[in-house]
Amino acid sequence: MSSGYVARRIAVFFLIVWLAASLNFLLPHTANVNPVRQRLARLQAFGVASGVTATRASGEEKSLFEETVKTWERKFGLDQPLWKQYVRYMGDIARFDLGFSIVNFPASVLRMILQALPWTVMVIGLATIFSFILGSMLGALMVWRRDSTMLKVIGPPILALSAIPYYLLGIGLIFILAFTWQFFPLSGGYDYGTIPDVSWNFIRQAGHHAILPALSIVLAQIGFWGLHMRGMMVTVQEEDYMQLAEAKGLKGTRLFLRYAVRNAILPQATNLALTLGLIITQGVLVEVVFSYPGIGTLLFSAIRNLDFFVINGIVFIIVLSVGLATLIIDLLNPILDPRIRYQQA
Amino acid sequence: MADPVTKSPPAHTAEANNEVVLSVEDLKVYYDTPSGPLKAVDGVSFTLTRGERLAIVGESGSGKSTLATALMRMTRSPGRVAGGRVILDGKDLLPLTAEQIRRVRLSEIALVPQGAMNSLNPVMRVEDQIIDGMVDHSETGRAAKPELRPRVHELLRRVGLSTSVSRMFPHELSGGMKQRVAMAIATSLSPKVILADEPTSALDVVVQRQIMQTLGQLQEGLDASTVLVGHDMGLVAQFADTIGVMYAGRLVEIAPARQIFQNPLHPYTRLLIKSLPSLAGKGEFIAIPGLPPTLLDLPQGCSFNPRCPDVFDKCSAVTPQLLEVMQGRSAACHLFEQKGEDN
Repeated sequence: MSSGYVARRIAVFFLIVWLAASLNFLLPHTANVNPVRQRLARLQAFGVASGVTATRASGEEKSLFEETVKTWERKFGLDQPLWKQYVRYMGDIARFDLGFSIVNFPASVLRMILQALPWTVMVIGLATIFSFILGSMLGALMVWRRDSTMLKVIGPPILALSAIPYYLLGIGLIFILAFTWQFFPLSGGYDYGTIPDVSWNFIRQAGHHAILPALSIVLAQIGFWGLHMRGMMVTVQEEDYMQLAEAKGLKGTRLFLRYAVRNAILPQATNLALTLGLIITQGVLVEVVFSYPGIGTLLFSAIRNLDFFVINGIVFIIVLSVGLATLIIDLLNPILDPRIRYQQA
Repeated sequence: MADPVTKSPPAHTAEANNEVVLSVEDLKVYYDTPSGPLKAVDGVSFTLTRGERLAIVGESGSGKSTLATALMRMTRSPGRVAGGRVILDGKDLLPLTAEQIRRVRLSEIALVPQGAMNSLNPVMRVEDQIIDGMVDHSETGRAAKPELRPRVHELLRRVGLSTSVSRMFPHELSGGMKQRVAMAIATSLSPKVILADEPTSALDVVVQRQIMQTLGQLQEGLDASTVLVGHDMGLVAQFADTIGVMYAGRLVEIAPARQIFQNPLHPYTRLLIKSLPSLAGKGEFIAIPGLPPTLLDLPQGCSFNPRCPDVFDKCSAVTPQLLEVMQGRSAACHLFEQKGEDN
């Protein structure tokens, strides 16, 4: 792998992020929806905007409303020409300044994301990696130890679980393990009334809350990884190098890990990186079902409340993580599989 | 004499040294199919003496590769060894435990695989693939690794490769080079028997010749016996001391190479040799009439009888056994049984 290749891949990464950011900027403008006007109209409907009272004449009320809209537009820079807004937006993005939440003003979008991100990464990310390892080993062993009674009994049902969407699994788990038997809390990331800190007690509490959401993802994904791995193992087992490896009198574990699994796992690794890049969107429904304080719940509530800046910020983070995952795959692939050589395009 | 493919007359030809290294007795390998067992290898027997080069020839589907796999005890499901014995150096391989047979592989009987194009692990460096076999057969295990590195270079040089190959990956090598690496692996523990299963398939003729030369040199250097499985009579003729001809899962003739070409006994062998192109004789090739039989539905009596020019009543009734019909020559054909009875 040449340094030129690495530099080129990094340049492509920034290009993708820039294009995504531009789209992110332009798309809402084509939607022809004025978020400020919409937000204020909603508040007005509840009778809280600009302290309006019902006794005021409707014409006066309207001009007041327009004035408020203008004030807020100025404050958010929405009255500027498009190109000026674009330049400012790009400058903000480069500094990771994702603006302020409309709903939770004056909370900054970046701070909201940074607060939610660890929950998602720790639970959904770890659950994904865990199910990747478990599923791949299960799929591989189902081919390797075809005669094992235990695998014959537990294998197929676990693989079949992948047909159930994880949010449904989540609801099922809540009903059985949290509602009926009360082994685990119903929802949330930690007990109500606790202030998150770095203490042994809090970590234990968070772990207790994380088990069910993680379990629903692990159960749903194991089958996905297992099925893929089983398919690859069947193919790999027929390869000539497996025959020679067996003829070499290699020990069983070496044959299994260094020859069979090592080759069967190659397409899985690409899949894993892409899945990890998408954990934010993947986790949305799980987090909503469990009211988990992660990015998914944040995105869900932002969409419900038309909090454009939060939506924008999260979408940007998603693009960033997918781009980063792709970059990592591209850099890792030539190491995992020496046959992959990247030529100067 | 200057031709290293053909064996130079060494001190230990089959005649000079009769120490039996490998003895196969009535070996049967069946594939279980929904319509009954398919007898891919049906009662094959032969012996191999020290330093002997035996070639097993036969057309596709004659069971020769199944036989080779069974010799390493690597028959895969739905195949199974249905009977017989494979005695290597006085030890029957068939009843051994998985761990015991693992220790025998490579160290006592080693495989030079068919089609070396894909025989090496694509994600491992050549040296690691040579070393791991030795490590798994060494008492010290992984600790032996550093000492084995110089040995890798020695092995590579012996098969005619540069030592720089050791750090390469398989996709960086040509087909011939990969087959040389496979030979380096096969000889890494000085096995008693080298089993070469169509080692030159998918290689061009020039490389084929080089590979066979190298194989011959290695075999002589180690004083090992060789079982060469193939379908190329010309290639086999130059290499082997003894040739066994397989047809429909059975050995139909086994004889010293020179004699089998000069005076083939079994009608199938005769037709096989006649069908070879030659530089001297011009004209049409003579093909063997008919098609090889389906192993699930073999003809009654001798499997070759529907295609045989010398067929007579007994052929479609009784299956002929492989019998020694002349000094050092065996054939499974009623023609020669009768001769024996008449004399």
